[in-house]
Amino acid sequence: MAEDIKEKIARLFPEAEYQEGDIAQITVADKDWHRLAMTLKDDSDMDFDFLVTIVGMDWKDAFGCVYYLTSTSTNRHISVKVLAPDREKPMIHSVADLWAIATIFEREVYDFFGIVFIGNPDMRRLFLSIDWKGFPFRKDYDMNPEINPVPLESERQSDFTDVYTEDSEGNVTRREERVFQPDDFVVNIGPQHPATHGVLRFRTAVDGETIKKIDVYMGYIHRGVEKICEGLTYPQTLHFMDRLDYFSAHPYHHCLCMTIEQAAGIEISRRAQVIRVLMDELSRIASHCLFIGTYCMDLGATTMLFYTLRVREQILDIMERTCGARMTFNYDCIGGVMQDLDKDFVKDVKALLEVLPANIKEYNKIFTGNVIAKNRMEGIGVLSKEDAIQWAVSGPSGRASGWACDVRKTDPYSIYSELEFDEIIRHEGDSMARFKVRMDEMEQSARIISQLIDNIPEGEYCVKVPKVLKLPAGHWFRTVEGCRGTFGIYIESDGATSPYRLKIAPPCLPLAAVVDHITRGNKIADLITIGGSLDYIVPDMDR
Amino acid sequence: MLNFSELTRSFHYDFLMDALHFPEWLAVTTECVFIGIILLLLYSLLALFYIWFERKVCAAFQCRLGPNRVGPWGLLQSVADMFKILIKELISLKYVDKFLFALAPYLVILASMLAFAVLPWGNGLQIIDFNIGIFFLIAVSSIGVLGILLAGWSSNNKFTLIGALRSGAQMVSYELSIGLSVLTMVLFAGTLEVGGIIEAQKDVWFIFSGHIPAIIAFVIYLIAGTAETNRGPFDLPEAESELTAGYHTEYSGIHFGFFYLAEYLNLFIVAGVATLLFFGGWMPLQIPGWEAFNNIMWYIPTPIWFIAKAIVISFIIIWFKWTFPRLRIDQLLSLEWKYLLPINLFNLVLMALVVVFKWHF
Amino acid sequence: MEVTTKSMPYEAWKDNEYIEKLVNELRESGANVIVGSLDKLINWGRSNSLWPLTFATSCCGIEFVSLGAARYDMARFGWEVARASPRQADFIMVAGTIVHRMAPVLRRLYDQLAEPKYVIACGSCAISGGPFRKSYHVALGIEDIVPVDVYVPGCPPRPEAMIYGIMQLSRKIKVEKFFGGVNRQEKQKEFLESHPVPGVED
Repeated sequence: MAEDIKEKIARLFPEAEYQEGDIAQITVADKDWHRLAMTLKDDSDMDFDFLVTIVGMDWKDAFGCVYYLTSTSTNRHISVKVLAPDREKPMIHSVADLWAIATIFEREVYDFFGIVFIGNPDMRRLFLSIDWKGFPFRKDYDMNPEINPVPLESERQSDFTDVYTEDSEGNVTRREERVFQPDDFVVNIGPQHPATHGVLRFRTAVDGETIKKIDVYMGYIHRGVEKICEGLTYPQTLHFMDRLDYFSAHPYHHCLCMTIEQAAGIEISRRAQVIRVLMDELSRIASHCLFIGTYCMDLGATTMLFYTLRVREQILDIMERTCGARMTFNYDCIGGVMQDLDKDFVKDVKALLEVLPANIKEYNKIFTGNVIAKNRMEGIGVLSKEDAIQWAVSGPSGRASGWACDVRKTDPYSIYSELEFDEIIRHEGDSMARFKVRMDEMEQSARIISQLIDNIPEGEYCVKVPKVLKLPAGHWFRTVEGCRGTFGIYIESDGATSPYRLKIAPPCLPLAAVVDHITRGNKIADLITIGGSLDYIVPDMDR
Repeated sequence: MLNFSELTRSFHYDFLMDALHFPEWLAVTTECVFIGIILLLLYSLLALFYIWFERKVCAAFQCRLGPNRVGPWGLLQSVADMFKILIKELISLKYVDKFLFALAPYLVILASMLAFAVLPWGNGLQIIDFNIGIFFLIAVSSIGVLGILLAGWSSNNKFTLIGALRSGAQMVSYELSIGLSVLTMVLFAGTLEVGGIIEAQKDVWFIFSGHIPAIIAFVIYLIAGTAETNRGPFDLPEAESELTAGYHTEYSGIHFGFFYLAEYLNLFIVAGVATLLFFGGWMPLQIPGWEAFNNIMWYIPTPIWFIAKAIVISFIIIWFKWTFPRLRIDQLLSLEWKYLLPINLFNLVLMALVVVFKWHF
Repeated sequence: MEVTTKSMPYEAWKDNEYIEKLVNELRESGANVIVGSLDKLINWGRSNSLWPLTFATSCCGIEFVSLGAARYDMARFGWEVARASPRQADFIMVAGTIVHRMAPVLRRLYDQLAEPKYVIACGSCAISGGPFRKSYHVALGIEDIVPVDVYVPGCPPRPEAMIYGIMQLSRKIKVEKFFGGVNRQEKQKEFLESHPVPGVED
């Protein structure tokens, strides 16, 4: 941690503890937390305006949260550990008034750990139904399926949300508030709806065709990956990364492998690094291809999907020859990659690089310049840079709002610092910008690939790793640039062969959370335009 | 140069009345029954062909093969679909207006069926050719919107309601454009009678002889016609990615089948009317001065001319659908009221000038 | 009576014993000539016109999209008419994990389908919970929620496997009986009686 911050905090919060590390950590009690948060965010020297994630924790003796913060101006990172020692009624003060995205992050923690956030305007469960018994991520949670059987009956629906407020004497009271007004015309969109890109549900209050408010319901594909990981060894946790955001399987794998390698002190070979980056960028192209296709299909131009899928199939062929699968590759492993590149890999990739520019040109010709497409996308769903940071909307969607948030540039990992590529940034912040950013990123990915494809160094593709991998006690947090934004992995280890806590910080959760904010006042049809342009993947946000 | 009216006349007088000694009323009734059966058959065959056609065309645009397993070139695919849909369960819903719910698909299909009555299938091959033919066509085709509104409202579902309201707004608006562009051509032809309009195109089709105003009218008609049939890029009432299936979300079995068929038949009707107004109906292609060519063209039977022209125009409309993204409801309406309507009115005046000063060919 | 498929030799199919068992059941039930040929016609229609419901929860759904794309082109078989409304679809391809929260939704979608309706469990998650078996929030297979006709294993299954699965479904439909309802309707009724949705009467 930079000395100036350290001093300032020591002066203002004498009770806070420090821990130096890759990312410095401050530990505070709940009573100081909101004040500290305000200092961290508003103090001009610190300016930690980007809340990366909130990691809920159950340390057996106490509950707590670890907040990861980043300053977008100075690009410094810090983490804050806040404890909620009361196991019966764990409570922490909300920071939803400082970082808008905290509303959703805190709901997630509440859902998993039962930690109540005082002052959060919406304290409902996020992923689980309101009748769910228990808080699954607590270490003493009873997994017996008879307590929570698979229901066949439609879940109970409540129009009210809980709000916990604290008066001046510190007494916390619960009160109910309406989600929608009694005379709102509420249309239910999803979970089974072609526009939601999976099983996401919007309860939408409309006035004619104009949207008044959207209430997002998630959890229709919540599979509890983080909890399952707590019972598995480290190599076993890897394959779940394929099944979160199945389009950016490689970057996600990369992230988890890097975190584990960093924790275990494993150095991987240069060849493995290059292969990983090549795969990351190939999957980025494939992912953006599919985005363009499905987005155009959402807007009614079905044929584009078939043109973009053509390129995607070509990439999948390349992947399949090397990794052995079309979607769930499980390719990156601890210490390198699973198997060596296919003998035709270089040739195939070069063939792809040859056809890609022509294809991108074709897409632009068919769709981008179309008058209807322009009218549908330009000026729709404008997200300002400040709001993008507030709502932690990273990745291509954040860059379309002018926020330089590419982790490959801000915190270069692997070999990205040696590569030449541009970070695509646009300033309009509308759906068109989000579309165009992805279009241009495909070219940049191709540029990265063309730099590497002729220089794949010889060497071993996977270093020797101990059969039984144990991480030392401690915690690590790493981020990578997934295809949809900043993807983070938090591992806390108690020295055993399996993680004590493995937290996945998905980029798609903020993307879905911000939908309400940017669709208000637009038309129902714009919900599809905006939702499509944000390009969220539901299994990623639900995990 | 087969004239079908002679055939029908001889069927009426020579066969039914003279040979079978039918009284007049019985002869007419028999003919009506015949026509009804033929119409129904033609109707379903045409719809099935169109479904197959659209699937093949769309597949071609998307670099695919399209149906090719059932029957030669997949021709029987839509027949199989029809068999299935005929015996599919009709789900009876609670809390719907049962009468209106059941009535709606019939209204939609009725509208397109009535419009068939005045389409000129060939030389003399027309069910009824009366002096207000075009007017009748426009009138009956507006019944369809009633069916859609009823379907959306009676289903007691929010999606269908939004779909129906969109559809109402859209069809009422675009009916204006259709009416005005048709009116432009009626002005040019000087008659509302279908036979008269075709007769006027004997030497050269209106799209060529009416030059600028006719071309403008044709473009507007094509746009408005696409909107009238609820097809992409104007398929908002059933916008799949927004409203699941729009106004017919709650319909199953053959009730849905009716909507599905009507969509394609309306497509044919729109294309047929465009053929009638701009491309000479069943008139073969005639180029003034090329006598031999003109004579050869007459040897191709007139029904083939009509259907072939209609299919070519519907191909263009299908092409639209698979190329363009969908409009938003406010853009759709502003396109009509801010652009098409003024252009149309201006075009009407232009056409009047063309007619008055005889600027046409 | 042999169940034939265009341009697929009978021996190429993997589970002919099962289909033969169905054929025998059908034979034993007997039918007169008219009803029998009507049945054939209906089954020809049904088996060749399978419209899927657009339903996907996770990875398998993307392979289902690939199935519609140019390389695999399910339109060849007439399956491309994916309906967004369950009332108009013929089968659900349960592509992806079904979790506790989704289970009632899936059941309701199934109930909303018009008869005849079929279910394909696609991918290991839908079959058994797959890699997420140990989770607290995943249904261990969809067979407790809806009656399943065909299982397509894989994680996710390749598009070829999906085509094979739907073709198997189409074969199964060919040995159904519309008049009398042998081979399917009875089992479905049994299932629905043993897995009632609380609070909903038939």
